[in-house]
Amino acid sequence: MARLSGLQRDVLSLYRQCLREIRKKPTESQPNFKTYARAEFQKHISVNKKDFSAIEYLLRKGNRQLEMYASPGIRNIR
Amino acid sequence: MASLRTTSRLFAASRPLFRPASFARTYATVDSNVSETPKMKTFKIYRWNPDTPTEKPTMQSYELDLNKTGPMMLDALIRIKNELDPTLTFRRSCREGICGSCAMNIDGVNTLACLCRIPTETTKESRIYPLPHTYVVKDLVPDLTLFYKQYKSIKPYLQRDTPTADGLENRQSPEDRRKLDGLYECILCACCSTSCPSYWWNQEEYLGPAILLQSYRWLVDSRDEKTAERKAALDNSMSVYRCHTILNCTRTCPKGLNPGRAIAETKKMLAA
Repeated sequence: MARLSGLQRDVLSLYRQCLREIRKKPTESQPNFKTYARAEFQKHISVNKKDFSAIEYLLRKGNRQLEMYASPGIRNIR
Repeated sequence: MASLRTTSRLFAASRPLFRPASFARTYATVDSNVSETPKMKTFKIYRWNPDTPTEKPTMQSYELDLNKTGPMMLDALIRIKNELDPTLTFRRSCREGICGSCAMNIDGVNTLACLCRIPTETTKESRIYPLPHTYVVKDLVPDLTLFYKQYKSIKPYLQRDTPTADGLENRQSPEDRRKLDGLYECILCACCSTSCPSYWWNQEEYLGPAILLQSYRWLVDSRDEKTAERKAALDNSMSVYRCHTILNCTRTCPKGLNPGRAIAETKKMLAA
């Protein structure tokens, strides 16, 4: 695999964090969370990899979303 | 019974029985039929939409006739939003400098839009940006999450273990109360913190002038009993000592307060 830039590693680490958080959700709703997380990343797949400010903004937004959905009160997502 | 009657009479005197149906909430605007020649002024406003993150932020120009606009920047912004471009986004609430919502960078100075007069010369354009060195939520709305988190970290409430002698209020002498003047008026608009170069470079650790002013407000409060703990929490190289008395905070404060002095007093208390 090619060497990744710092920003690319940040994006991957955010995705991994999402997957880890999903494992703490109830088993029956885990697939829903997984499709949602994947779709959120897929939405911005077309962002140019050199568009740093956009990627940094999306990372911040993603972290905020993760923090919100990680709260134990949220048990399912559609 | 007597009081009831007076109120009902008051009501009858002050309010017409039937309101005109066309009642609508209006904002301060100058009556349009006093205008002679239109005084057109250009406002250049920072625009950025989070829904299209790949588009770069832009400056958008709007032209307003000053004769038909209220005297303050906020009046101009509200008029732009009402009449020219409803997509323009900014925070505002009280329109009289009490809530601190409309803090923004106007012509290079952090201030409250509701307390900032529109400069009358029409040849020069006015430039409006969100507060500097903050993440932008949209257009003129900054993300103040970190600012509020820091405010929470100084425990901005009265901490006491001993009840008062008579079990009533925590009383204070007029002299002790006077120490809080110039501190309690702070509305946490974040104008000072975002104008401070030290805060720009060390946002994560340095608390910034607004929060330090608040922390000093609790340090000098005669009713608070956790002064030693408060001091211990501040006593490190980052929290307070990143202040290099640049005094941008004091110069920019829209309420005319002096965070620089409060920080100096905090340093004195820590050194003592």
